Amino acid sequence: MAHGTTTGVQDAAGPAGATDGPTSGGSGADLGLVGVTKAFGSYLAVDDLTLTVPAGTFFALLGPSGCGKTTTLRMVAGLEHPTSGSITIGGTDVTARRAHQRPVNTVFQSYALFPHLTVLENVAFGLRRRRVPDAVARARDGLALVELPHLADRRPAQLSGGQQQRVALARALVNSPAVLLLDEPLGALDLKLRRQMQVELKRIQTEVGLTFVHVTHDQEEAMTMADQVAVMNAGRIEQLGTPAELYELPRTVFVANFLGQSNLLPGRVREVRDGWVGVDVGGTRLVVPQDRAVSTHGDVLVGVRPEKIHLLPADEELSDDANVVGPGRVTDVSFAGVSTQYQVEVPGLGTLGVFAQNLAGGAQVALGAQVRLAWAPRFTFGLDGSTDASDGVVDLDRA
Amino acid sequence: MSAARRRRGWSLGDAVVPVFAGLAFLYLLVPVAYTVAFSFNDAGRSNLVWQGFTLDAWRNPCGAPQVCEAFVNSLTVGLLATAGATVLGTMVAVALVRYRFRGRSAANLLIFLPMSTPEVVLGAALLAQFLSLRVQPGFGTVVIAHVMFSVSFVVVTVKARVASLDPRLEEAAADLYASSWLAFWKVTFPLLVPGIAAAALLAFSLSFDDFIITNFNSGAFTTFPKFVYVSAARGIPPQANVIGSIMFALALVLVVAVQVAAAARRRRAARAV
Repeated sequence: MAHGTTTGVQDAAGPAGATDGPTSGGSGADLGLVGVTKAFGSYLAVDDLTLTVPAGTFFALLGPSGCGKTTTLRMVAGLEHPTSGSITIGGTDVTARRAHQRPVNTVFQSYALFPHLTVLENVAFGLRRRRVPDAVARARDGLALVELPHLADRRPAQLSGGQQQRVALARALVNSPAVLLLDEPLGALDLKLRRQMQVELKRIQTEVGLTFVHVTHDQEEAMTMADQVAVMNAGRIEQLGTPAELYELPRTVFVANFLGQSNLLPGRVREVRDGWVGVDVGGTRLVVPQDRAVSTHGDVLVGVRPEKIHLLPADEELSDDANVVGPGRVTDVSFAGVSTQYQVEVPGLGTLGVFAQNLAGGAQVALGAQVRLAWAPRFTFGLDGSTDASDGVVDLDRA
Repeated sequence: MSAARRRRGWSLGDAVVPVFAGLAFLYLLVPVAYTVAFSFNDAGRSNLVWQGFTLDAWRNPCGAPQVCEAFVNSLTVGLLATAGATVLGTMVAVALVRYRFRGRSAANLLIFLPMSTPEVVLGAALLAQFLSLRVQPGFGTVVIAHVMFSVSFVVVTVKARVASLDPRLEEAAADLYASSWLAFWKVTFPLLVPGIAAAALLAFSLSFDDFIITNFNSGAFTTFPKFVYVSAARGIPPQANVIGSIMFALALVLVVAVQVAAAARRRRAARAV
């Protein structure tokens, strides 16, 4: 937008309106949602959502299908209108504005390229609508950014899925939107291409410095690409934070299960002392750092990630300060090269999963062996015990 | 596979299919051939019996009284009715597919009514309506009647096309700063053009062809089909056959041109990949 066009669209962008084009490192604008609710009839798709996306971040909305993440994105784009609440972009309230009046662009899941226009004209579409003077030259720059300048004269139908995806990305990026919205943009690509595009998307975001809001149900995709992840469930945000925060310290059962895997053991708080919470789990005493526990009384779930657990021979002496459960019997060993995954059945507690890195060459514990499970208390987290411990577990049949 | 069939020798199916296909085409094309042949008839008072070959009618297609006037009338009515029905029908089709409004399902159903009502009934009802409104039947009433009965066909044809359009495309246009007006003209309309063109051709041929409804509502105004009908009593002049043959040839050329253009487009697309 360095070329001095003045339209209502750019006025709305606030600070973004004064930034440079996509190839010269502009910056996006803050996106704010306050109390946004969307009801379809009696169904609440989005329930009182409040959220701030800082300018220039790669932000992921992560959740299972039907959690309201796409509806949220469409409300930001102006394709749906909130039942209540307000949406601001760069400090300007855009709630009442229609889609074409908002300084946002979307990469649609199905790409939605215009089949009757060439690739170049697709990319130039938004620039032409805003009467940007050198629309074609800028569209060519956009195609260069996604490394497809040689396909400018093709029709979308003549491109592969991956190429169409890049064109859709270029078509949105060339407008230097204050916020770029990505609706499961990699969902239709095969695994290898998807990994490649993840890296590429991250590179482009760093290069253009725009605010990206990325909707996905793929937790790995969200974790590898995003600076900030909001985990959504049933129209609400369960937890918001950096990927590492969410993984290391989940605050709800849903997040603990949806983002990676967790072992969750139901127990009851016995004591709170010196910043530690002592929990009785099936007769075993486990400790949780008080600042990692959501609840410090009554029924709780004691959680630990599978890779934090060590397997020890049942008779080995242990230091007092570790959390230890067992003994239990190894019921499954799956060697995956880089690591081995064990399932250990502990009487009275159920089955726990354990990941062991392949440091010593091959699986070290045999099927059927009696073992104890130990981990450092500082990796333990405590969750509200009233929630179903399987909430948010990814159903492999659907995933 | 064809080599295998040759080795097996003669098969009944191989002969029966072409014979029946040939007979069917013969059945379809004999009246057309008859029309074309009798445009070369050296007709005196009546063009019912072959009298000998002549190019007189082709040299002077307007030779017979009123034949060209009727033809021009039909063209005028056809073009106006096509324009009216296509614009109206396209708007109805887009509205029926894209928007939710009260009475939408009723409108969806009622649009089929004119297609299923016998033309005699439509024609008589329209005439009664015009008379009770004290509108003199003539050119205007014919155009109105033609728009009325062809609009349903336009709606049905265009609707199929609108329904096959991805609504995301219009959303993408809106997302890329196009107002709904611009989104329609830059995205929806260009993608509907094939359907709209097909609908317009259909509307024109329906209008040009119509006799029954026209006969009720035209008063002294004469269209080409009405001219042919009226002259049938005292003998249709060969000039009518000339005009009929020309219309047939034009339609044929149009169909072939569309096929050739489509094939060329496919080849271009195949080369580009």
